[in-house]
Amino acid sequence: MIDGNGKSSIIRMFHVHQNYGAKRALIDITLDIAKNEFVFISGPSGAGKTTLLKLFYLAESVSEGQILIDGINLSRIPFKRIPFLRRKFGIIFQDYKLIPTRNIFDNVALVLEAAGKKRRLIQKKVRSVLRLVGMEDRQNVLPASLSGGEQQRVAVARAIIGDPQVILADEPTGSLDSEAAKIIMDLLKGVHIRGATVIIATHDKELIRTTGGRVLFLKQGRLEGSAFVEKHYDGAIY
Amino acid sequence: MMALFIRRAIEDTLRNRLLNIITIITISLSILIVSAFILFFINTAEFINIWKDGIPVMVYLKPGVDTAELSDIKRNIQTISAAQYIRYISKQDALNSLKAQMKRQSSLFENLSENPLPDAFEIRIMLPGHNWQKMESFAAQIESLDQVEEVEYGQKWLERFIHLIELFRFAGYALGGIFFMATVFIVTNTIRLVIYSRSEEVEIMRLVGATDRFIKIPFYIQSMFQCAFGALIGLAALFISFLFLTSNVEQGLFSGFFQIRFIPMRILLTIVFCSMLVGWLGCYLSLKQYLKA
Ligand SMILES: Nc1ncnc2c1ncn2[C@@H]1O[C@H](COP(=O)(O)OP(=O)(O)OP(=O)(O)O)[C@@H](O)[C@H]1O
Ligand SMILES: [Mg+2]
Repeated sequence: MIDGNGKSSIIRMFHVHQNYGAKRALIDITLDIAKNEFVFISGPSGAGKTTLLKLFYLAESVSEGQILIDGINLSRIPFKRIPFLRRKFGIIFQDYKLIPTRNIFDNVALVLEAAGKKRRLIQKKVRSVLRLVGMEDRQNVLPASLSGGEQQRVAVARAIIGDPQVILADEPTGSLDSEAAKIIMDLLKGVHIRGATVIIATHDKELIRTTGGRVLFLKQGRLEGSAFVEKHYDGAIY
Repeated sequence: MMALFIRRAIEDTLRNRLLNIITIITISLSILIVSAFILFFINTAEFINIWKDGIPVMVYLKPGVDTAELSDIKRNIQTISAAQYIRYISKQDALNSLKAQMKRQSSLFENLSENPLPDAFEIRIMLPGHNWQKMESFAAQIESLDQVEEVEYGQKWLERFIHLIELFRFAGYALGGIFFMATVFIVTNTIRLVIYSRSEEVEIMRLVGATDRFIKIPFYIQSMFQCAFGALIGLAALFISFLFLTSNVEQGLFSGFFQIRFIPMRILLTIVFCSMLVGWLGCYLSLKQYLKA
């Protein structure tokens, strides 16, 4: 996949529609995200940001249109390949999705366990990412005993531990104060520098201004525009 | 990898303790009942074998039958019954073996002036098709021979007993089938409940790229372990009742007849193995259903 800029695409969508019964959550979306891009998906609540991300990792199958992930057509992927497709992504869910009955260590280790990694390597890596997000001394507690922001940091650790090609972050700083948010954004930038594509769904314009990157603007299920925002841009974003 | 799966299975068993305990108890009850039948069959198999070896029949002769006539009588018996096995027991032989059997009561024989026992033929008659009418007609024909006083065979009680054993055998198969289905059903249900209680976890595992195999293996380990454990408990309970029974029932009652023995190791292992197979099947069924949903 070569797009206009000569970079190969990691995600392409052609005339994608997503309906929930009569509700049209996404309407005729066509877009192209290049490898190693840093992209924001912005828009008001209910615009369809989460829905868009869900289509990428096949949490929902698309109602209409085509999606290519790293050249793979999602409407043709065999059922058995879905787990391997999902391993291309590190996902920070809007509701964190930590397993309530497993401790922090196990929650983060799960990604590597599922990928069949060796126990020793898993222990080493989990400790190092937990240290990275500042949660290394809470690894033996259950998610319920953490604050929202702490759970979010664990979710970030789980998303980056597998060195995925693409990070999908759904409101990754939603429950954080500006300082904690900065730590998370710095982590995501670090992952971006190491070669990953980072896609962040957020309605936080301040976050976009302080970080910079391409912004895809969604409104009521439609892609209203795409623009590049410089770091510390202080004009209006749509 | 396997260590991880086993750890998950154990964690899970502990988390759903009550459910798992109920399942294990049900499995052990099923195993207890089914293996009690197996125990019964093993110990009555010898009776069933009578059908194969021929029914033992005693032909008692009238007193004072001439030894010259014996081969004639023998031939006649053979013509009537087609007996494969026929043996002459003189009254002296009979007395000797009776004395040998009743050593402790030997005083009974001391003041015997003459041998009260008759001469006899011991024969074994094959009954094709388990046909007892035929047995009765053979007996009547032999009894009508001039030199024959009486024909004795296990008669009614043996017939009834063998039929009873066969009835039990049939009931055993039926109950075995019912308990098999019940156990599969229970295991299926337990695993289904466990899956529901873990559906959020399973969903998350899927989203982070776990394969179905990775998700399923701990469930299989859990249910097969439960069934093996349940089987062991059931068999242990059976063994304890067996010890209790055999030590209380005075051996005298049965000792001459047959030796009561416990289920042999090979069959015990087979029972545990089959139980694990049931666990596998139950798990397979519930996971299959779950995947469709
Ligand atoms: N499973 C579903 N069934 C029915 N409607 C849905 C479903 N998922 C999303 N929707 C609807 O689709 C629209 C887009 O939802 P989505 O979650 O993508 O919004 P969002 O942009 O992520 O909003 P927020 O910023 O609040 O997270 C909403 O109107 C929502 O009600
Ligand atoms: Mg959302």
